[in-house]
Amino acid sequence: MTAPSSTPAAGAPSPDATGPLVVARGLVKRFGDFTAVDGIDVEVARGEAFGFLGPNGAGKSSTMRMIGAVSPVTAGHLRVLGLDPATQGPQLRARLGVVPQEDTLDQELTVAENLAIYGRYFDLPRPVVRERIAELLDFVQLLERRDSKVDPLSGGMKRRLVIARALINDPELLLLDEPTTGLDPQARHVLWDRLYRLKQRGVTLLLTTHYMDEAEQLCDRLVVMDKGRIVAEGSPRELIAAHATREVVELRFPPDAQEAAVPTLAQLADRLEELPDRVLVYTDDGDAAAHEVHARGLTPTSVVTRRSTLEDVFLRLTGRQLVD
Amino acid sequence: MARTIPLRVLEGHARAYRHTWRGTTTSAVVTPVLFLAAMGLGLGTLVDAGSASDELGGGGYLTWLAPGLLAASTMQNAAGDGTFPVAAGMRWMKTYQAALNTPVRPRDLLVGHLLWALLRATLVGAVFVVVAAAFGAMPLHRGLLALLPAVLLGVGVCAATSAFTAASDSDQALSGVFRFVIVPLFLFSGAFFPVDQLPAAVQPVVVAIPVWHGVELSRALASGTSPALPWAVHVGVLLALLVAGTAVAVAVFERRLRR
Repeated sequence: MTAPSSTPAAGAPSPDATGPLVVARGLVKRFGDFTAVDGIDVEVARGEAFGFLGPNGAGKSSTMRMIGAVSPVTAGHLRVLGLDPATQGPQLRARLGVVPQEDTLDQELTVAENLAIYGRYFDLPRPVVRERIAELLDFVQLLERRDSKVDPLSGGMKRRLVIARALINDPELLLLDEPTTGLDPQARHVLWDRLYRLKQRGVTLLLTTHYMDEAEQLCDRLVVMDKGRIVAEGSPRELIAAHATREVVELRFPPDAQEAAVPTLAQLADRLEELPDRVLVYTDDGDAAAHEVHARGLTPTSVVTRRSTLEDVFLRLTGRQLVD
Repeated sequence: MARTIPLRVLEGHARAYRHTWRGTTTSAVVTPVLFLAAMGLGLGTLVDAGSASDELGGGGYLTWLAPGLLAASTMQNAAGDGTFPVAAGMRWMKTYQAALNTPVRPRDLLVGHLLWALLRATLVGAVFVVVAAAFGAMPLHRGLLALLPAVLLGVGVCAATSAFTAASDSDQALSGVFRFVIVPLFLFSGAFFPVDQLPAAVQPVVVAIPVWHGVELSRALASGTSPALPWAVHVGVLLALLVAGTAVAVAVFERRLRR
């Protein structure tokens, strides 16, 4: 497989080659009266895959757009690749790759033309653009579609094309805003595989997601965001260890029986979470807890024991689910 | 690098044009040629048989009409360039947002877009001039001179309509602009009949609108006569439209695209 080389082509390498690629202190974004990002601190190291996990409206995209130097910072300090997005936007964007939430492809043009026009925006010489298009279409497995129009491509193909587009300038930092939202499971796995390869190659990834499995698959470290604030930070494993138990038992009851069962359940759980359709019992030994449920005369319609996930962490921290 | 970025945007337009030129350019060229044939040749025989000869500067109606039509249809095409492509970039396909993730800035998008409008107006207008010259409506060299104010008007109109499109939240306003602004300007700015044939109350309004100044300049250059007002006034109005239109459009692009 050919691959985009890992040497930074756009401009000189970052002066602080060992320092963090992104530093945010007290970062704030307001739209009129609405505060989308409410004073967050973030540091992202070179080579890291860093995630923002949170529900819609948590401020993830606003944060990404500030880091990407397309949305002005309202307050606070922000440096990306050692540059100030407010005054050095074009120089900064020359070294970033961006996969926006919407595809923003030109539907009337072909796959290759979309890449060519984008590559020329970076002032890359035409032969270089041609060469990269071939490499990148191979990398995202779209080589045989290079002359197809974009419009009839599947959602997964369009997403892969957007990733190829984001890589055309051989970026040092790749920003991905909900890269797999709206894709079917198979398309998501293909995309994760490509992103994993980029990570292996040393590309720093910064992504937002409201899927906990995506965060677990891709992120070395992540922050959980809610209502514009960071509510937790760490590796997926650390977060689960700190905010959830090892296992969870999910119990479903017949209509109206759930409420009556709760006091009993509370006695055998470290923590209990009541959802409209089920009760989550947090415990370090799921099988023992499930056994105990029956021993105490409760008759749930279904019992599922599973490992804790970031979803549980999020539920614990905010009292709400990630995807409604 | 920054100075060449609008050229990259221009290049992008040119690349996209490979897919769209058949539809857009054909109608941009064919429509004014149809008007020239129907009005200039058809209606013109009636006009020339009547007593309008002095009003029209002594030549035939076809000769009088052709340069005005050049300016008016360049204006109309430029308004088209300033509406639907801008709406596509801002809202339909959001390709502007994609471009802004590169070193391109909102103002580069606008300047590149205007450079493209300039190029396209020149190409389409040149084809019209060649056809009009073949009809005997104007000498070719004078027609190419008459193209200059038409293109200047066109780029100014493209800037103004781009600002409007970028500022509006929906696409409904766009067809309204065509129906209630562009088409009346096309018909009543002195391309088809002299403005002094309009009711006296309307005349100052037409004179205040840049389209008439473009029509006057094109006609004067095509026929080798003097325009209604001093040259500098006509040119000044067109330059003012271009400068003001561009300034407003840059401001709107920056405001709408950097949030």
